[in-house]
Amino acid sequence: MLEVSGLTVEYAANRPVRAVDNVSFSVASGEFLGIVGESGCGKSTLLFGIAQLLSPPAEITAGSVTFDGTNLVTMTQRQLSAIRWRDLSVVMQSAMNALNPVKSIGAQFADVLRAHGRPSRKEIADRSAEVLRLVSIDPVHLHSYPHQLSGGMRQRAMIAMALLFTPDLVIMDEPTSALDVVAQRSLMTQIKDLQAKLGFAIIFVTHDMSLVSHFSDRLMVMYAGQIAEIGDTRQVFGTPLHPYSRGLLDAFPGIRGPRVALTGIPGAPPDLSVTHAGCRFEPRCARRMPECQTTAPDLVNRDGSDVRCLLYTAPATDPDAGTDASATTSTDATTSTNAGTAQ
Amino acid sequence: MRYVLRRAGFFLVTLWAAVTLNFFLPRMMPGNPAVAMMAKFRGRVSGQELAALETLFGANNRQSLPVQYVHYLGDIASGNWGTSLFYFPSPVSQVIRGAIFWTLGLVGVTTILAFALGTGVGIVAAWRRGGLLDSIAPPLLVITSAIPYFWVGMMFILIFGLKLQWLPWSGGADLTATPAWTLSYLGTVLQHALLPALALLITTIGTWTLTMRNNMVTTLAEDYVRMARAKGLRPSRIMFDYAARNAVLPNLTGFAMSLGFIVGGAILIEYVFNYPGVGYMLLQAVENEDYPLMQGLFLLITVAVLVAILLADIATAIFDPRTRSAQ
Amino acid sequence: MKDSFLRFGRAIARSRKATVGALLLAMFVVLALFPGLFARDSPTAEAYTRNLGPSSAHLFGTTGLGQDVFAQAVYGTGQVLEIAFGAGLASTLIAALIGVAAAYLGGFWDGVLNLFTDVVLVIPLFPLLIVIAAYVHSSGTGVLIAVLTFTGWSYTARQLRSQALSLRSRDFLAAARVRGERAAYIITVEILPTMSSLLVAAFLTNALYDVLFASSLQFIGLGDPDATSWGTMLYWAQSNEALQTGYYLQAIVPGACIALLGAAFALLNYAFDEIGNPALRPVRRRRTLSWPLGGRRVGRLEHA
Repeated sequence: MLEVSGLTVEYAANRPVRAVDNVSFSVASGEFLGIVGESGCGKSTLLFGIAQLLSPPAEITAGSVTFDGTNLVTMTQRQLSAIRWRDLSVVMQSAMNALNPVKSIGAQFADVLRAHGRPSRKEIADRSAEVLRLVSIDPVHLHSYPHQLSGGMRQRAMIAMALLFTPDLVIMDEPTSALDVVAQRSLMTQIKDLQAKLGFAIIFVTHDMSLVSHFSDRLMVMYAGQIAEIGDTRQVFGTPLHPYSRGLLDAFPGIRGPRVALTGIPGAPPDLSVTHAGCRFEPRCARRMPECQTTAPDLVNRDGSDVRCLLYTAPATDPDAGTDASATTSTDATTSTNAGTAQ
Repeated sequence: MRYVLRRAGFFLVTLWAAVTLNFFLPRMMPGNPAVAMMAKFRGRVSGQELAALETLFGANNRQSLPVQYVHYLGDIASGNWGTSLFYFPSPVSQVIRGAIFWTLGLVGVTTILAFALGTGVGIVAAWRRGGLLDSIAPPLLVITSAIPYFWVGMMFILIFGLKLQWLPWSGGADLTATPAWTLSYLGTVLQHALLPALALLITTIGTWTLTMRNNMVTTLAEDYVRMARAKGLRPSRIMFDYAARNAVLPNLTGFAMSLGFIVGGAILIEYVFNYPGVGYMLLQAVENEDYPLMQGLFLLITVAVLVAILLADIATAIFDPRTRSAQ
Repeated sequence: MKDSFLRFGRAIARSRKATVGALLLAMFVVLALFPGLFARDSPTAEAYTRNLGPSSAHLFGTTGLGQDVFAQAVYGTGQVLEIAFGAGLASTLIAALIGVAAAYLGGFWDGVLNLFTDVVLVIPLFPLLIVIAAYVHSSGTGVLIAVLTFTGWSYTARQLRSQALSLRSRDFLAAARVRGERAAYIITVEILPTMSSLLVAAFLTNALYDVLFASSLQFIGLGDPDATSWGTMLYWAQSNEALQTGYYLQAIVPGACIALLGAAFALLNYAFDEIGNPALRPVRRRRTLSWPLGGRRVGRLEHA
């Protein structure tokens, strides 16, 4: 249903920043794809790039986004308007910022309903009430303004709005980040229920890997504008291949099991305005090899997941041999603390 | 509701401050202008009027200051704003009444026009950022807002009045015609108003446009604007309903507050064009040392600005739902 | 402190408009400091034939009283700049103290100071100036500066207060509080330097309005008519009916000077506006023009 191919997004500047670099993946009907990564890895930019919602100085410089057979990137505004919200809708991070503060919820629903047809007032009212009930909000709140609702209600109202036309794909940009843990859980469950009921696909972006992995079908890990790993959730979460995914997981120790020291991933994401010769994760990698500095890895398939790491690319080297080599080849003092927990 | 009450309270406080300022000004000035003026009045004014004038100007040595103040407040409230010196024996309130019409017409209409136009241009300029309008308008307007009002007026007189002889540049209407609600008379009124209105428009439009543009630029970066795009709404709808509304509303009161500056410009324009409005009258009063009239006009202008601000506050309360909730 | 200057310098250099403003201002400052270098004649001597047009002897002609217009304009720069910088600095100082104190102290004092500021702000400045000047009769430069200062601080006080409010919750201030520093110290040493670009912007705004107000007052005759200043030049031009009698330069020249100086302040302000609000910085665009909503030129202009 959605096919992203070679998508590249750059922020124009004296030195352009390539926030999304040659990203390709696909989403099937009714699928729940989770995208995780740290701040600045390009996941939100990727989302907006897919939905054609970028603003200057951000620009799509290469690639295509094929949705139901047509390439969104080359469409005109008029053509895009027809698709927007009917087939593809968006849920943003902070409902307080994403909802127009001077219009009532009902007015904002009516806005979009009228933008795609000529519904009668009764039809608008009925449909608006219907979607609100889907997310367990009393339809009386159609008259409320955004600031009059609680944070959780606002977020659910946004999701309700996204479902007004029962689209094929709903893109969600960290919709739970602004909520407390309890509200997060309940919202996720509700989203999953709605998906089961209405059958839309979801691309869900977050930095909270453990949260999304309970609900997603497939999981994609992004780093520095590229896909680091992508595959079935159970596989990526259970046995992460890429050292970065590994690191992310280790940062969330399980609540059960023995107590382990908290580990993070040392260092910081690379400067995306500079082109890198080798692997972008190399400076922070616990399992890096000499060739990682010079050779940029491509995505390769391994046991059903795609992973971008030289550990799995080089045909001559046995990947498992790299495990023992890491303790001796890595010279970075800080990474030796990870060596004990890496395997 | 609380918002409106709060703003009404502010209105009353400022009104009180202005009236009190008016009371103390002549008393604080060196040379005691009141005494000199009283001498001119004595013998020509009835006892009651004299007492009122004395209270107004602090020449009343028989009563203590607080008592004077109370009497003064009473006089102001009842419309007894003193007697004009120059237009003796007409009371100040009557003299002012003649000029209000002219000023309301010229300044009132022009300010509304400038606001509407300026806001519109600002919105469009921000919308097409980097486009033609945005590159030309802001620097041009920055420069025009730095030009002194009266100079623009003088240049207009020079170019359109004297050189090209297109439009008259003095007075409110043809002085030889008799004032009446006839089409021909109103025609001359319009003619005479054109140049001063244009001058006022050019000098005041700059601020509105620049502020609006900057506010719009900030608003356009907001998430709900992006959301509106995602919903597939028409660009015009997004521009007005989502962006402009949010850019204008919080600043409506701020706009009204800058009316104080506009008033200054209007006074100068009236002076340059000999336009018989409130500002022109004020400057004449200064020249003629007609202090009662001068103070009366000052009070009038201040009250007018305050009322305008209050109206803007009420408009904000009506159109911005956030103000209605308990703060 | 030093790197504030560097930052300002860079910001001015980066913005074309601000650079123009800076150059203009520099030109006027030079004229004010060394008037004798540029104008040969004395500005006050009524020694020349009256109402002459421009010539090589008198670049801008002479006034109705026989004074050289060019010399007047040059020598008048001094008084104008005196007012602009004097009143501008003073009112910015008051505005900073009141605005920042209100933001920092919060609560009751914030309410009181705020109310005071708002009331002063709302009372129309120019009519008030007229009334005061009318009573005081001959306004020397000092009186003019004093009056402008005490009436003109309120607008920028509001701006500075709202900026200071957003700074108040920042961590480095909390650190200073925890260290036990007194409020006065925190305000002067921690808050004010951080707001330096805003303070400069406030100063420029004040200076601009002070120039306009002062020359307006002089124009209507409420300044000192014997002083050499652009505003008084206009006053005399108006009295002598310069426009009607065809001696345009007497009116055009001083007005143009005021406009140029005002424009210099306003343009400079551009740079500092952009420091404070990066969203206003010019967007560097590549060959393809994108509409703000991210559309593209596909063949013809596409903006549905």
